[in-house]
Parts: sequence; C-alpha cells; structure tokens
Amino acid sequence: MIVLNKAPYEQKATREAFGDEIEELGKENKDIMVVDADIGGSCKTTKFMNAVPKQHVNVGIAEQNAAGMAAGLSTTGKIPFVSTYAVFGSLRMAEQVRQEVCYPNLNVKIACSHGGLTPANDGGSHQAIEDMGVYRTIPNMRVIMGADYNATRKLVRQAAEIYGPVYLRFTRDKVPVIYDENEEFEIGKAKQLKEGNDVAIIANGDTVCLALEAAEILESKGVSVKLLDMHTIKPIDHEAIIECTKIGKIVTVEDHNILNGLGSAVSDVVAEEGNTRVRRIGVQDRFGESAPYEKLLEINGITVENIVNTAEELL
Amino acid sequence: MSNITVEELKEKAIQLRQTAVTMVYHAQSGHPGGSLSAADFVTALYFREMNVNPEDPEWADRDRFVLSKGHVAPIQYAALAHRGFVPMETVKTLREYKSPFQGHPDSKKCPGIDISTGSLGQGLSCAVGMALAGKLDKKDYRVFAVIGDGEAQEGQIWEAAQSAVKYKLDNLIVFLDDNGLQIDGPTDEIMPNLDLEKKFEAFGFTTKRIDGHSMEEILETLDEVKNVKDGKPKCIVCNTIKGKGVSFMENVVGWHGKAPNEEEYEKAMEELARGLNA
Repeated sequence: MIVLNKAPYEQKATREAFGDEIEELGKENKDIMVVDADIGGSCKTTKFMNAVPKQHVNVGIAEQNAAGMAAGLSTTGKIPFVSTYAVFGSLRMAEQVRQEVCYPNLNVKIACSHGGLTPANDGGSHQAIEDMGVYRTIPNMRVIMGADYNATRKLVRQAAEIYGPVYLRFTRDKVPVIYDENEEFEIGKAKQLKEGNDVAIIANGDTVCLALEAAEILESKGVSVKLLDMHTIKPIDHEAIIECTKIGKIVTVEDHNILNGLGSAVSDVVAEEGNTRVRRIGVQDRFGESAPYEKLLEINGITVENIVNTAEELL
Repeated sequence: MSNITVEELKEKAIQLRQTAVTMVYHAQSGHPGGSLSAADFVTALYFREMNVNPEDPEWADRDRFVLSKGHVAPIQYAALAHRGFVPMETVKTLREYKSPFQGHPDSKKCPGIDISTGSLGQGLSCAVGMALAGKLDKKDYRVFAVIGDGEAQEGQIWEAAQSAVKYKLDNLIVFLDDNGLQIDGPTDEIMPNLDLEKKFEAFGFTTKRIDGHSMEEILETLDEVKNVKDGKPKCIVCNTIKGKGVSFMENVVGWHGKAPNEEEYEKAMEELARGLNA
C-alpha cells in the first residue's frame, strides 16, 4: 500500500523535477541530450547544460526545428529531450512531432513545462489546455503528467528508459509533494491512492492533490472513495478503469480542457464497458486569462469543493 | 563506387529516370516532374559519392541521405533499387499496400531510407540533427539533404539553416533542386524565392550555383566542397528543369504530380532510351 506524505506538504514545481532528473540522466548516459528552444532557464535545463554541455543543444526560438533536429539526432542512437513550454511543445511543433518523431517511431521525448493553467499570470496565450489531447491522438505517442515532484522524477527516468516518443508535461508553479521519494511509478499503470466502493475519483497532474483532499473530506462524511492517479493518459490503464466501472460512478479531475484529456480518455473506456456515469471536472472548453492559478482553477470548478459536490451528486 | 566513369553515371541517371517514370506509370500516381529534375545529382550521390552499403543499410558510419522534398520519392526509390537496397521488382509496387515504396519515404518500411519525410520543410532539420550527431560522436560520415525551391518557402528551412551554421556542420551538404515550378505554378509567381544561393550564403553556408543536369559540374562541385573542413555547411543550388529528359513533361507544371497514360509512358521511355543510345 502506498504511504503518502502528510500535510503540510513540501511545495515544489514539477519542472524542477525534470531539471533535477534530466541532469542525473545526462551524467549517467552520454546519449541523453536536451534540445532547448531558448527558454532553458525557465524549463530548468540549465543544470543539465552546465553538467554535460556537449549533450546540450539550443536552437533558439525555433521550436519546429528543435523537434526535427531531435528526430535526426535520435536516428543515431541519441535520446533527445526537447524542452519548451507545453503550448509550443504541443502545438507549434505538433506536425513536426507527428511527421518526424511519431510516424517513424523515433526515440524522442517532448518534455514541457508550463502545463495547464499553471502559467497563470502569463495569461491565456501561455496556458496549455489542449496539449495532452493533441498528443493523445497521435499514434506511437505516450502522454504523461506526474502529480508531484517525486512522481515526475520517476516518470522522467522511465521515459528515458523506454524506447519511443513520449510527451511529458510539468507544472510551472509549485504543487504539494504527496509521494515519498522512494515510491515507484510505471508508465501506463495508474497509481491507486485509496481503495473504496461508493465512488471513484480519477485525477492527474496538479489536480491529484485536490482530489486527495476531496477524498478525505468524502471519507469523513462516510463515503468510501477509490482514488486513482492516472499519470499516463496514453496508453491509458484500461484495467484500472474497468475496476472503477464496477462502482459505476466516476469523477475525473484534470488541469486540461475537458475535451480530449483525462476525462475523455476515461470516458472512451467506460463507454465500451457500459453502465457507469462519468462527470468530468477540468477546463470548461474556454481559454484562460491572467489571474492567480487558484482563481483560474476556481473559475473552471477545479476545486476540492466541486470535486466533493460532484461526487456526492453521483451517489 | 568511386571508379565509375562520368559516362556511366550519365547512363545510370537515364536508367533511374526510366525506373522512376515506370514506377509512377504502374502506380498511376506519384510525382514525375521533381523526380526527373533531381535525377542527376541523386545518381551522382548514390552511384559515386555516398558511402553506403546495401547489405547493411543501417551501418552506423554510413553517409546519410534525407529527401526533404519527399514527394519525389520515385527517384530515390529508383536509386535504392538499382543500388540493390531492395529487389528490382519492388518498382512495380509503388504506393501499394505493404510496399516498402510508400507514397512518401518511410524509414520503417524501406531499407536505405534514413528518415521518413513527406511534409515539406521538415527534412532539413532532421539532416541537421544527424550531422550534429556525427560531429558529437566524432564520426566521418556526411549528410546529404535534398530540398526543393518551392519547399524553401517553408520557414522551418531557415530555422534549420541557421542551426547548421551555429553548429558548424561542414559535414552537411544540401542540394537545392531549383526547378522553378511548384504545384500551383511558377515559383516566381506563387511566392518568389529571390536568390536562394544568396539567401543560403547570407545564412552562413558555402554556396555554389551549378547546372543541376551537368554530371561533370555536379561531380566537380562535390569534389570541391565535400572535404572542406571549414566549419561551414554547404548548399549546392542546382538549376534544373522539372520533368527533365521527357520533352512533354519538361517545364510543365501539370506534371508535378500526374501519372502518364500508356501512350505517354511509351513516348517517355522511348525518349529516355534515345538518351541512352546517344
């Protein structure tokens, strides 16, 4: 059984996890490379650059070229991580990643900070609410967002160890560190945080901590909650979702458009397995704006209170 | 293959043209115009210049070839077939289900394709990545990339160009097939490229404009630039004729992506054969 950290939690952005883990990986394996597109400081790749400068490429503000060069590098056995913001990493270079990474099934990782609403005060232009959905539709791609610093470090390492394209998404802002640093993660396998039989809550990324708090409130009201951290939305963990359909009530929570993200991925499985109601909490198919991160979550109903209420409505 | 003569290479170029046209005829689909304009330098690369091994297409030290203008796959496929990467019968399977000769080059399906291409503007970046890896690994292989003049309208070409210069990739040699036509009409009307030789020069490349149908000039230019370790990538801008070698296809926009009918095919093969017997 998973032993989670106790509140008050340490707070750390998951982009820091990428920066720390990729530095370790780079020192261990000379084939690990980072391809930056000018924003290495913000994406936390500076330590990598300083530790293993020969494994670091900076193409400047030219994301499409970053993806293409990474593809070329990978054909020789390199393992490039293209690092930029999620909105550029998923949309500006989407076609390059489709054509030159996923179609030839090359060993390139797209590792992006500023996922979801976390670049809050940067405004709607910089909040990536479609990224996971974009990559979920491209064959050969895996799509991952760790819930916290420790989960993200483990998932970054795994992404480096498996062959093929992976999209990794990180938070700009700090989120609670809920997992112990020794907890292990497997790409494509949901992490069960609570076993229960009244309602299932499936969350990922920066919303897992909100779902955890909501689950505890529901439990205090006598509701038995099954809670999953679905860090990988593709390949999705069918088995874990099918287990949830036995309860028949699922609430999904994500910092992403409710279209084509976690909620959609869960619904895809549920639709084929029958008799379960799904309520999706996430960005309500609307662009963001400059505001504190918590305010943006509130506008979209991505709150502990709304998770509790939504679960109770399903009961 | 370095002992092949110029005359033999000229013949080979005609054979490759015949094979490319035959492929498109069998498939009743494909891109003959640009395949024919690129035929001469593709021949020079596959039959004299490039260090590749059909027995071991993924040999780590091989020279790389990236067909950034991927729609002219028939000319690369013709080279691969004549060079022994795939059996000659494969030429009758262009664009068919399960064929290694997909509509556009597919590195998963065809030996000798170093990376899949087909979406214009992207292959040069991949070539830059390969060339950079060669520098990092201190390998001697070279990377040859073929781009089109229409393709040079894509912004990513210039992103790739600037990075090739930044990383001093003198192991990258770009052939620019400047045939002056694109699918909607003359390149000068659709979107003028101005002087591509000067553009690449301004980006920091060593450039040279040559007659892309003169085997002598192609070989001379390769000999001139190929071993120059000056830290500069090379761009050979080739003046070419779309449809070169088949009179009714030459400089006709309509032959960008159209297959010949039986009569046209026979005429094309006859004209090309005349070149062989000349």
